[in-house]
Amino acid sequence: MDWVFISATLIAAIRAGTPILYATIGEIFAERAGVLNLGVEGMMLMGAVSGFIVGLKTGSPWVGALAAMLVGGLMSLIHAFVSITLRGDQVVSGLALTLFGSGLSALVGKPYVGVPGVRFTAWKIPLLSRIPFLGEVLFQRDPLVYFSFLLFPLAWYFIFKTRPGLHLRAVGEDPATADAAGINVFKLRYLYTFIGGMLAGLGGATISLSYTPGWIEGMTAGRGWIAVGLVIFAFWDPLRAALGSYLFGGVNSLQFGLQTKGVTIPIYFLQMMPYLFTILVLIFATQERVRRRVGAPAALGIPYVRGER
Amino acid sequence: MEGETARIAVEMRNIVKRFPGVLANDHVNFSAYEGEIHALLGENGAGKTTLMNILSGLYRPDEGEIYLYGRRVVFNSPRDAIAHGVGMVHQHFKLVETHTVAENIILGLDKPRFFLNLAEAEQEIRRLEEQYGLKVDPQAYIWQLSLGEQQRVEILKALYRGARILIMDEPTAVLTPQEVEELFVTLRRMAREGHTIIFISHKLDEVLAIADRITILRKGRVVGTVEAQMATKEELARMMVGREVLFHIEKEPVEPGAPVLEVQGLRALSDRGVPALKGVTFHVREREILGVAGVSGNGQSELAEVITGLRESTGGRVRVNGQDLTNAGARAFIDAGVSHIPEDRVHVGIVPSLHLTGNLFLKAYRRLPGFFLNWKQMREKAKELLRHFDVMAPNPDVEARTLSGGNIQKLILAREFSSRPAVVIAVHPTQGLDVGATEAVRQRLLEQRSQGAAILLISEDLEEVRALSDRIIVMYEGEIMGEVPPDAPVEEIGLLMAGTRLEGRGA
Amino acid sequence: MTVEDMKVGRGGFPWRIRVEQRLVRPRWVSAIVPVLSIVLGLLTGALLIWANGVDPVAAYVAMAKGAFGSKYALGETLVKTIPLILAGLGVSLAFRMQLWNIGAEGQLHMGAIAAGGIALFLPQKFPQIQPWMWLVIITAAGFAAGALWALIPGALKAYLNVNEIITTLMLNYVAILWVDYLVNVPWKDPASLGFPLTAVFPRELWLPRTPGLFFLTPRHRVHLGLLFGIIAAILLYVFVTRSKWGFEVDVIGRNQKAARYAGMRIARNVLIVMAISGGLAGVAGMAEVMGIIHRLQHQISPGYGYTAIIIAWLAKLHPLVLPVVAFLFGALLVAGDQLQISMGLPVAVSFILQGLILFFVLGGEILSYYTLRIERVSS
Ligand SMILES: Nc1ncnc2c1ncn2[C@@H]1O[C@H](COP(=O)(O)OP(=O)(O)O)[C@@H](O)[C@H]1O
Ligand SMILES: [Mg+2]
Repeated sequence: MDWVFISATLIAAIRAGTPILYATIGEIFAERAGVLNLGVEGMMLMGAVSGFIVGLKTGSPWVGALAAMLVGGLMSLIHAFVSITLRGDQVVSGLALTLFGSGLSALVGKPYVGVPGVRFTAWKIPLLSRIPFLGEVLFQRDPLVYFSFLLFPLAWYFIFKTRPGLHLRAVGEDPATADAAGINVFKLRYLYTFIGGMLAGLGGATISLSYTPGWIEGMTAGRGWIAVGLVIFAFWDPLRAALGSYLFGGVNSLQFGLQTKGVTIPIYFLQMMPYLFTILVLIFATQERVRRRVGAPAALGIPYVRGER
Repeated sequence: MEGETARIAVEMRNIVKRFPGVLANDHVNFSAYEGEIHALLGENGAGKTTLMNILSGLYRPDEGEIYLYGRRVVFNSPRDAIAHGVGMVHQHFKLVETHTVAENIILGLDKPRFFLNLAEAEQEIRRLEEQYGLKVDPQAYIWQLSLGEQQRVEILKALYRGARILIMDEPTAVLTPQEVEELFVTLRRMAREGHTIIFISHKLDEVLAIADRITILRKGRVVGTVEAQMATKEELARMMVGREVLFHIEKEPVEPGAPVLEVQGLRALSDRGVPALKGVTFHVREREILGVAGVSGNGQSELAEVITGLRESTGGRVRVNGQDLTNAGARAFIDAGVSHIPEDRVHVGIVPSLHLTGNLFLKAYRRLPGFFLNWKQMREKAKELLRHFDVMAPNPDVEARTLSGGNIQKLILAREFSSRPAVVIAVHPTQGLDVGATEAVRQRLLEQRSQGAAILLISEDLEEVRALSDRIIVMYEGEIMGEVPPDAPVEEIGLLMAGTRLEGRGA
Repeated sequence: MTVEDMKVGRGGFPWRIRVEQRLVRPRWVSAIVPVLSIVLGLLTGALLIWANGVDPVAAYVAMAKGAFGSKYALGETLVKTIPLILAGLGVSLAFRMQLWNIGAEGQLHMGAIAAGGIALFLPQKFPQIQPWMWLVIITAAGFAAGALWALIPGALKAYLNVNEIITTLMLNYVAILWVDYLVNVPWKDPASLGFPLTAVFPRELWLPRTPGLFFLTPRHRVHLGLLFGIIAAILLYVFVTRSKWGFEVDVIGRNQKAARYAGMRIARNVLIVMAISGGLAGVAGMAEVMGIIHRLQHQISPGYGYTAIIIAWLAKLHPLVLPVVAFLFGALLVAGDQLQISMGLPVAVSFILQGLILFFVLGGEILSYYTLRIERVSS
C-alpha cells in the first residue's frame, strides 16, 4: 500500500471527523440525561457562524471557539425550556431549533460569506510529532483536534466511572428513581442539554475555524443530523462515538482521495456517501443493538413529571 | 410498647393533599412510636401511599405539618427526608434496572463526591446484609434479580442512608408466603433495634400478624388507630370499608366440558433474552377457571403474551379449539375467540387518549361490514355496553384516560366479553381496584365461566385464585411446579411458589 | 391526572413554577394558541431582524405587500401554498401514526425527478399518447417516486426498526444530490450556457392553470396542483376519520402497544402510511416542476418539505385545517422572497420565523393542557 495515501486519508478522516465527534459527544450527554435534542444541526450552524465572526472581530480563534460554545449552549436552552419545563414534544422542538438555527445563522452570517477570517493553526507536539507515520497523523494537528483526543476518553470515564456520571445515567434511565434518590432531575437535564449545546457549538466552530475556515450558509451540510445518527451507532458511548466519527471522516475524505487517484465517479455520488454511510451504519447498529439488547436510555424523549402514573 | 415511655418518632398533623378532582388526604393525623411497627391499613385508593409519599418528601402537603421526634420538619425533596432518617420502599421499586445493586444503593448520595469507590460501598452493603439477614449480591444488575431480591435492595438502600424510619408500601404483594415470613423477621429485628416501621397494606391478616398498632384510612380520612392485640379482623374490615363486608363468591357448580385451550411444552424468552418459559404444559376446559398462582416475574407475563399472540414462542404448541395457533399473531388469536384482559391496563388494554367508543371497538371494528365505519351506530352500541357493564362515564365521547382504574377495567371487560369469547386470559384482573370494582370483575369472570368460556386466571392474589378457580397450577421460574385443587392448604401452594416440588408431578 | 411540583433552581430559591394539568381543556385555548403563536413568532422575529440592523417594520411591510399586496401577489402566495398543502398532508398523515417522516423534502425532489424524466424524454418516443394522458402518467409517476423513496426508510422502520428520523433526513440530502447530478450531467441542457438546468419541458405537458381563478390577474400562475391539494385534503379527511384503515392509523399513533394488542398490523401500516406520505410529497415536487419551473434545475424547493412539518404540526394534523395553515406559510415564503429582493436578506430568514412560531406553538400547547402557576415556596 501507498503510505502517503494512507496517512493523507487518515489525516483527512481525523480532520473531517472532529466536528462530528464534538457534536456526537454533546448529544450523548443530552440523551444520556433523557433529552433528545434534534437541534444539533441548528446549534452547529450557529456555533460555526458565531465562532467565525467572533474570531474575526477579536482576531483570536480561541475566543471564537469559546463564543461558539456559549452560543450553542444558549440555543440548547430554548430546547431545554420547551421540552423539560414545558414538556413539549422533543422531536418537534428539536426540529424547530434546527430551522431556527439555520435561518438565524444565514441572517447573521450574510455579510461574512466569503470573507477571510482567522483559523486555528497546527501545533507540532515536540517529540511525539516526530514519530514516523503516527506522529504525522496524530500530532501535527491543531488544538481543537487535540482537545477532542482528550475529550472522548474523559467523557467515557466521566459517564461510566464517576458519581456525576452515575447520576447522569440514572436520570436518563429512570428519572423517577433518580428523583426519589434526591437527584434534581430538572437541573441535570438542563445542565447536560446545555453541555450538549456547547459541544455542538464547538463542533460548528471546528468547521468554520479549522476544517474549512470561513463561513458559507448551511456549511454544516447535515453533519448535525449525522451526529444524531452516530449517537445511536455509538450506543451512547463516547468511545464508540469516536470510532463512528472517524469512520465517517474516513468515508468523507475518501471521496477526495478517490478523486486525486483519478477515479471518475461523478462528484455527486461521492458527496452522497456520508449520508448513505450513516444510514448503513444505523442499520447495522440497530441490528447489533437488538442482538446485544442495548437500549437507548429508557426515558429518552419522555418529559419527566413527578408522580406520573 | 406498654410500660416504657416510648418516644413519638413521627407525627403528621392535619395533612391535606389534593389532586385534580380528588382529595387524597383530608386532614390526616398520624403518629408512630420509635421502635414500633405501625400498619397503615386501607382500601386501594384510600390515600395511604399519598400520605407516606408526603412523609418521605416526594410530595408536598397542601396543608399540615410534620414532626420527627418532636421537631417540626419541612421536606422539599426525598433527599431532605432521608437526611432526617426517613426512608421509603415504594410499591413499585425505585431502582434503575440497568444499574448494579451497589450503584443503586449509593445513587444520590454525595459521598464520595466525584470518583466512585464501589468496592468500599460493596463492603458496607455486605456488612448491612449480614446485620439484618438480607442476602443479595451487590454486583448483580437489578434486572437479574427477582422482585423479592429487589425489595431487599430497597431496604438496604434505606438502611445504607441511615434510615431510622422505614416505610414499606404493600411489601408482601411480590413475595411468596415463606418470603413474607422472612421479611417479617427482618422487620421485627429492625424494630427491636429502634427503627420505626410503617407498614402499608390492605390485607387484614398480615397487618394483624406484624403490626403493634394499626391506623385505618378510608377515603383520605383517618378512621381510627387501634392496638393490634385488641383488634379483630371483622372490626378492621368494617373500619376499612365502612360497611359490613360480606365478601362471598357464589360459584355456580358447573361441569367443565372439553379442553379449549391446550398448551404443550411451551417455551419463550423474556425481553432480556433469557428463557422465561421452560416447557409449560396445561389445558383449560370449557366452563372452567384454571388459576395460575405464583410470585410475579416467574413467567406468567410471558405466558399470557404467548397465548394471546403477543410474543413469539421458541418451542411448544398452543391450540385453541383444536386449531394450532402457535406464533400466529394477535389477530389470529382474537379471531379464534381468545379474549385478553392484559396485565398493563392503561398502556396495553386501552388507548388513553381515545374516546370510549373507539376503545370499545378496538378489536370489533374489523368485523363490521364495509370499508367505512358508521360512528353514529357504533356510539349507540357503545352506550349500551357501558350501561350493561356499569362503566361510570358521562358519555361514550370522553377520553378513556379520564376514567378511574376500576372503570377502565370494566371498560376492558365490556370490550372483551361482548364478543362472547371461547377463551379468556385474565392477568391480574383485580390488582389495584377498590372493593366494589374487584367484586364486579370477579362476578363477570364467573359469569363467563357459566356461559361456557375457558378461563385462565393469572393472579398474584392467592386468595383470589383459590376463591375463583376450579383447578390451580403454580408457576416458578418458567415451569409449572404442580397442580392443586383450590382448597389445598396455603402452605402447600406456598411451597410450590417457592420452587419446592411436591412428589407426583401434576399438570 | 397528575400534579407535581417542579423546583426551579436550588433549594434556596424562593419561587417555583407549578405545572398542573387541567381536567377540562377550554375550547378557546386550542383556538387561540396557533394564532397567538404566529403573532409572537413574528414579534420575536422582528426583534432579531432589528438586532441585525434592518428596520423590522419596513421588513414586515415589504413582506405583507409581497404576499398579499396585489392580486398577482395573492396568486404567488397560492402558488407556494400548493406544494405546502401536498407535502404537509403527507407529513401530517405520517405524524398521525407517530412516524417521524421528515423526509418530505427528499420525496418531493424524487417526485420532481420522475416527472421531469418523463416529460423530457418519453413524449418524443410515444407521440401517439395524448397530452392529458401524459398528465395522468406524470402525476402517477411523481406519486410513485415519492412513495418509493419514502418506502426505503419505511421498510427499514417496519422490518428492522431503524430510526426513521435519521434515515428520512439523510435521504433528503441524497435526493437533492440526485437532482444536482441529473441537471449537471446527463440531463443538462446543452443550450444552458453551463447553468445546471435541463431543457424546458414541452409546453403541452405543463400543468394547466386551475380554472376559476380569473379574479386574480390573467397572468396568475396558480396551476392544477391546487385542485390536487384540495382533493387530497378532502380524501384524506374522509379516509382518516371514517375508514377502518384511518382508525388503525389513529390507534397505532396514539398507543402502539394497544394497537398490537388489538391485532392491528403495524409493519403493514407503516409501509402504507410512508408510501402515501411520500407519494403526496412526490406529487408536490411533480406539480412544482410541471406547473411552475417547467424544467429541472439546481434548487427546486426553498425547503417546502421542512416547512410542511411545521404546517402539519400547526394544523394539529387535521387535513381540512391544513390548507389554511399552508396558505399562511405560503404567504410567509413569498414574503421571504420579497425580503431577499428588496432588502437583501437571505431567504433562510423565513426559517427563523418558522422555527420561532413552532416554539411558540409547542409552548402554547402546554398551556392548553396545563396551567402554570408561579408561587412562593413555603419555608
Ligand atoms: N399522582 C397522582 N395524581 C393524581 N391523583 C392521584 C395521584 N396519586 C394518587 N392519586 C389519587 O389519590 C387517591 C389516593 O391514592 P393513593 O394514595 O395511591 O391510595 P392508596 O395507596 O391508599 O391505594 C386515589 O383516588 C388516587 O387516584
Ligand atoms: Mg398505594
